[in-house]
Amino acid sequence: MKEQFENEMNLEFLSKSANEAFARIAVAAFVSQLDPTIEELADIKTAVSEAVTNCIIHGYENEIGIVKLHTKLSKDEVTIEITDNGKGIENIEIAKEPLYTTKPNLERSGMGFTIMESFMDTINIESIVDVGTKVTMSKKIRVPQMTTMP
Amino acid sequence: MESKFYEKDKLLVFKITEEIDDHSVQKIRRKADYEIERFMPRKVVFDFDSVTFMDSAGIGLLIGRYKFANLLGAKLEVANLTQSVNKIFEMSGILKLIPVTTLA
Ligand SMILES: Nc1ncnc2c1ncn2[C@@H]1O[C@H](COP(=O)(O)OP(=O)(O)O)[C@@H](O)[C@H]1O
Ligand SMILES: [Mg+2]
Repeated sequence: MKEQFENEMNLEFLSKSANEAFARIAVAAFVSQLDPTIEELADIKTAVSEAVTNCIIHGYENEIGIVKLHTKLSKDEVTIEITDNGKGIENIEIAKEPLYTTKPNLERSGMGFTIMESFMDTINIESIVDVGTKVTMSKKIRVPQMTTMP
Repeated sequence: MESKFYEKDKLLVFKITEEIDDHSVQKIRRKADYEIERFMPRKVVFDFDSVTFMDSAGIGLLIGRYKFANLLGAKLEVANLTQSVNKIFEMSGILKLIPVTTLA
């Protein structure tokens, strides 16, 4: 049986760097339905920006391909899948290490996966060389905080 | 990005006014390097006061300018880090290399 979500959104766009801002703003606008805090929204935008940038500069290496973004909302959680059909990742464990980058000449810092991991609650990376990469991330929204009533 | 050179102090200030990502850094990088070479400052400061978004492209941008400024004998500092910008710089450890300063 298919998992039930409250709402879903699909986006497909060309792997052009100008679309990095478009992608994170579109996801942020959609996620706003869950009434996230400003910080939660900023974290989600940053994680989406990292994943989409990776599709464009590593997956397609600036050739034109299609980036797919599937966003699902449940009552208190957002799940985002970002997919490319690019070159894929040979060793995911190594790729995830802080400061690891295959493109230091482009002034990449190798901090993308580290940021996605720390800004989201879960991240899962699936990749096949020459087939593509799918990154799935989720984050609980408005996790109840310990508050003291006035 | 706006820039201002203070001749007396040989200080070059870049005020970044755009969102910082892999797309926008390409232009920022080109302008910064061009002006650092042109003014040959003693100190370069990046002002983040107007930055509403930054991802890891900002880390690469700073490390790259740090190296370039050093090569030309200039120091690099940062100012007015917003909470979200600070979070990303803290994670990367570059603030151990690049001091945070205040702008007059
Ligand atoms: N979508 C992708 N397709 C192919 N390779 C990728 C993809 N995403 C990440 N990678 C690989 O993982 C490495 C680490 O990614 P990341 O942590 O975002 O750092 P950076 O983007 O700064 O290199 C990249 O340098 C690249 O080799
Ligand atoms: Mg990256």
